[in-house]
Amino acid sequence: MTVWQQARLVERLRETDSAVTLVFEPEEWSGHLAGQHADIRLTADDGYQAVRSYSLAGPVEEGRVVFTVQRVLGGEVSTYLCDDLPVGAYVEVRGPVGGWFVWRGTDTRPVMLLAGGSGIVPLQAMVRQRRALGSRVPFRLLYSVRTPEDVIYADELARPEGGVDVAVRYTREAPPGARRAPRRLGLVDLNTHGWPAEFEPMCFVCGPNGFVEAAANMLITLGHDRHRIKTERFG
Amino acid sequence: MSALTPGFRGGRRTVSDRVPPGQYLTEGFPVLSAGPTPVVDTGEWSFTVVNEVGERVSWDWAAFSRLPHESPTVDIHCVTRWSKLDTTWRGVSVDTLLAEVATAADFAVVHSVDGYTANVPLQDLTDGQAWVVTGYEGAPLAAEHGGPARFLVPHLYFWKSAKWVSGITLHDEDQPGFWERAGYHDYGDPWLEQRYQSGW
Amino acid sequence: MDHFVDGNALAGSLRQVFRPDITTAEARCAGCGAVRPVADFRVYTAAPGAVARCAACGQVTLQLVQSPGALWLGMSGLSYLRFPPPGR
Ligand SMILES: Cc1cc2nc3c(=O)[nH]c(=O)nc-3n(C[C@H](O)[C@H](O)[C@H](O)COP(=O)(O)OP(=O)(O)OC[C@H]3O[C@@H](n4cnc5c(N)ncnc54)[C@H](O)[C@@H]3O)c2cc1C
Ligand SMILES: [Zn+2]
Repeated sequence: MTVWQQARLVERLRETDSAVTLVFEPEEWSGHLAGQHADIRLTADDGYQAVRSYSLAGPVEEGRVVFTVQRVLGGEVSTYLCDDLPVGAYVEVRGPVGGWFVWRGTDTRPVMLLAGGSGIVPLQAMVRQRRALGSRVPFRLLYSVRTPEDVIYADELARPEGGVDVAVRYTREAPPGARRAPRRLGLVDLNTHGWPAEFEPMCFVCGPNGFVEAAANMLITLGHDRHRIKTERFG
Repeated sequence: MSALTPGFRGGRRTVSDRVPPGQYLTEGFPVLSAGPTPVVDTGEWSFTVVNEVGERVSWDWAAFSRLPHESPTVDIHCVTRWSKLDTTWRGVSVDTLLAEVATAADFAVVHSVDGYTANVPLQDLTDGQAWVVTGYEGAPLAAEHGGPARFLVPHLYFWKSAKWVSGITLHDEDQPGFWERAGYHDYGDPWLEQRYQSGW
Repeated sequence: MDHFVDGNALAGSLRQVFRPDITTAEARCAGCGAVRPVADFRVYTAAPGAVARCAACGQVTLQLVQSPGALWLGMSGLSYLRFPPPGR
């Protein structure tokens, strides 16, 4: 039975101007699968509560769990977590949950990861899980993001391990010298950086609603089987 | 008991004596949706009242527009805890609509084009307490807020004020609606905080 | 853009009451008969409760309301849930 438990914030790391990685120490955490999430609950002094889901950003390490939260303009929970929650303070967490949007190291199909904005979080968790397992399953990550400054995990993505191809595509502003003009992810990008449908890859798509809808439709257009496309919409 | 999260207030504002217990004021107009926003063409829209013996009266958009209109200014209270003061609507009083039907029913169910329903005692819909509105703050009602026409019964929690309204059916017995079947209160008085069906 | 998330997002609330992970179970929509994992439902959370709809036809499959006194799970739009054998 998964119930609420207290978790103490032990570290806060800046990722971008609008995203932070938060490291929590829950009372007990036996582990989780890459792609799973947890629910975080905040309680105000008058009893008001707010619950939101956040993906686990990587494998549990020394009992600590890691989230990366992107600030949503006017967002009740994300702005509090990004700007206000002090190190040493507690939130409540419920998890890990969600057994559907997960990558298990036992599956040997090639993996295609399509991330939009903060949708990178559970997908990078899969990359990190692959690393932790020493797996050789070939991965391709296609990451769509507004500007170079918005790239979460930029250092890590710049030096991917063997067998993991990373391509970042910009929608608003490209880095100086880039040949591709900034625009939304299109079929060309998927054709160039994705796996062909004949390889029957497992496809994981995560990000804001509009991105997930568009990317999943492109995969279907390219001939990928609906049953091998898993989506996680952030809202 | 849950731990307090230091300094967390949520998106809440000041409280006034016009705000029922457990509610907070909002300046915006939050959009709640339990599904996709239906596209309702006024050319195809109609409003139908069916009484407890199955007699029906309908108005199409043109006929509805010719009915006498009112411009109520009311406070609204959503069960998700926001309240909004002094909202001004334009529409037809339910008294006007019910004047066309003979009924001895005690209960009503409000219906929407997308299948949504909400139950309200009939006596809460008469005597200037409820409207079918097509305008909000001087403009046609936006689709995200229930346009072209929504129900407005402001003395009850706002889920009773069904968006994309298509009609009312009248019944001798209370018939729980969409949220009332899933744990929300059959009546829903915000001043008594009648949010949920009773627990254990 | 409509605001909804995937059925995955219900996992936390459902785990509170069911031992198996319902989001990986296959569900048959009582409206159109589509059989898909619960995780594929479209879940609307900007509402008094969470409302899950069949991704194929839009019919309401689940309603989840958390009150201080109870957790309500409405399932009128489902004809069955099918679980894999334990250990899979
Ligand atoms: C399974 C799952 C996993 C998730 N994992 C992560 C994660 O790892 N990192 C992360 O940052 N977020 C994640 N999210 C999103 C997160 O749960 C919240 O929705 C998000 O932080 C916004 O919450 P809020 O309280 O700040 O905003 P709210 O106060 O709820 O919303 C404020 C406004 O922003 C809009 N809005 C809500 N969510 C988004 C969004 N994601 N993008 C743009 N606009 C939005 C709302 O419509 C509203 O108008 C995940 C969501 C799900 C369902
Ligand atoms: Zn269906």
